[in-house]
Amino acid sequence: MEIAVIGAGVVGLATAWRTAARGAAVTLIDPAPGSGATSVAAGMLAPLGELAYGEEELLRLGLASRDLYPAFTAELEDATGLSTGFRGDGSLQVAFDADDLARLDDARRFQESLGVPAETLTGREARRLEPLLAPGVRGGLLAPEDGSVDPRRLVPALLAALEKLGVRIVRRRAAEVIVTGGAATGVRLDDGTALPADRVLLAAGPWSGGIGGLPPGAVPPVRPVKGQVLRLRTSGPFLTRTLRGLVRGSAVYLVPRADGEVVVGATQEELGFDTRVTAGGVWELLRDARDLVPGITELEFAEVTAGLRPGSPDNAPLLGPAALPGLVLGTGHYRNGILLAPVSAEILTAALLDGEVPEIGRPFVPDRFEVRA
Amino acid sequence: MANPREDPLVIAGEAFGSRLITGTGGAPSLAVLRDALTASGTELTTVAMRRVDPSAHGSVLDVLRDCGVRVLPNTAGCFTAGEAVLTAKLAREALGTSWVKLEVIADERTLLPDPIELVDAAEQLVADGFTVLPYTNDDPVLARRLEQVGCAAVMPLGSPIGSGLGIRNPHNIELIVEAAGVPVILDAGIGTASDAALAMELGCDAVLLATAVTRAQEPALMARAMRHAVAAGRLARLAGRIPRRRYAQASSPFEGRTGT
Repeated sequence: MEIAVIGAGVVGLATAWRTAARGAAVTLIDPAPGSGATSVAAGMLAPLGELAYGEEELLRLGLASRDLYPAFTAELEDATGLSTGFRGDGSLQVAFDADDLARLDDARRFQESLGVPAETLTGREARRLEPLLAPGVRGGLLAPEDGSVDPRRLVPALLAALEKLGVRIVRRRAAEVIVTGGAATGVRLDDGTALPADRVLLAAGPWSGGIGGLPPGAVPPVRPVKGQVLRLRTSGPFLTRTLRGLVRGSAVYLVPRADGEVVVGATQEELGFDTRVTAGGVWELLRDARDLVPGITELEFAEVTAGLRPGSPDNAPLLGPAALPGLVLGTGHYRNGILLAPVSAEILTAALLDGEVPEIGRPFVPDRFEVRA
Repeated sequence: MANPREDPLVIAGEAFGSRLITGTGGAPSLAVLRDALTASGTELTTVAMRRVDPSAHGSVLDVLRDCGVRVLPNTAGCFTAGEAVLTAKLAREALGTSWVKLEVIADERTLLPDPIELVDAAEQLVADGFTVLPYTNDDPVLARRLEQVGCAAVMPLGSPIGSGLGIRNPHNIELIVEAAGVPVILDAGIGTASDAALAMELGCDAVLLATAVTRAQEPALMARAMRHAVAAGRLARLAGRIPRRRYAQASSPFEGRTGT
């Protein structure tokens, strides 16, 4: 079977890998693989910190994907000899003031009501785990199963794995999905070249809604949600695990890597396709990060970037058949693209090659939005 | 009486059937926001102009358009009169409305209005032809000054934005209502339905709230609760409450009992 994948972000790459491993002839189309939100993302694998009321099914998907990560990255590293920067050393959520602690406690109760046990820490206990935390930190929640991955290592590893499986990578922009006889039959590039395919996967992140050729009902309802992210660098010991904090009501995270990089994120801005980095964005992130970890000001400031997350109306991804035969959607991952990549790849591979969505993906099939379209 | 059709909220000559004005801040997702707006029955919703791009597709503005709700741009995030005036002008250009909810905040910790910058900005915007709805402290004198400079309504806070602490100084809200010649809209601090009902019982013409709904466990359910609370509080205000008494007074008359 011939599969065309539009978009080589982490979701398109992981799905291309899985489908090619099952013997499909895969063509991956992207002018710059891994250069979108994937290259900006911190790579936290901490689904409980994303938990919101009404998003219980998304939590289940996130937990399932997190639990796939150790095997997913091990297999990828074995196949390519490249590191993915995966670490499974847990995550710690902390609260800065009494109001933040009340919110964290509310999150804990909600988490426990869903049958997911929580490990509650006092401020002192949290600081024993992470001695550089500010003395005023009120308390925390430990998630020992969590971890992180380095998306900037994950992408080259996935590309190398694809190369080994003979996946064709076309470094051009996809202009439209070719529709013949009421079904998707390929992809036309911006230079007019037609690439025929039996099935097309649209995984172009926030640009998925702008692809040509789709009938109105098949256009995925995704929008760009800007996020600014900082990269700092340290040569000495810093944090030992992913840290998420609530600081006076706003959320910030710090993700340490083995190579000394510390990623600090992220803003959430509804400003269309705007990727400017702003003084205010940097200031807010540093303000909150410094309140949590005062020593952060000693680190080298390496980079600030802005990425565009693909946001969907309900914050959950669109995984499965579109309202156009032959077209499968794999977008709308919003804040969770890296986390959800392994489970998305499984669901999308089944949708592309077997024509069915496995149980865990059912709540995320795109037709949930059709009533409103 | 007080059927919304017969008892509209009138601001600057425009009538609204609902006395509940909503904000969009804090909504976990656009789908949740849409359900909450629908359940609230609101006809007017504020949007922070600094946090949206009016030309972007699929944004919160599209949700409001779909719901048939009128957009009231606000100047959230402005600390000076200059920024607020500029933001209001950008909003007028982008959205084609001269209505603005004016917010000039003193600091991020409390998000309380800066009264001096607020009056300054209100004067400038009124002079420029805007219909100005200022978010103000629960200070009767400041409310009066804002009305005097030509604001179309005054919007005193119940308590700080997002705090859910309810109405901390009901007496001041009553004083503002008593003196106002423009609609009084209780803005900020509502935590639950009884707070919204109280605002209306105190004589406010409308209630503006966001967080109480958007951060509730079931936003659409809380939106429905607020809709009923505002309607109930309005009816109670119009009906006129009984005087408070120290001792009981039987509700059935004692006259005509046998044996007396």
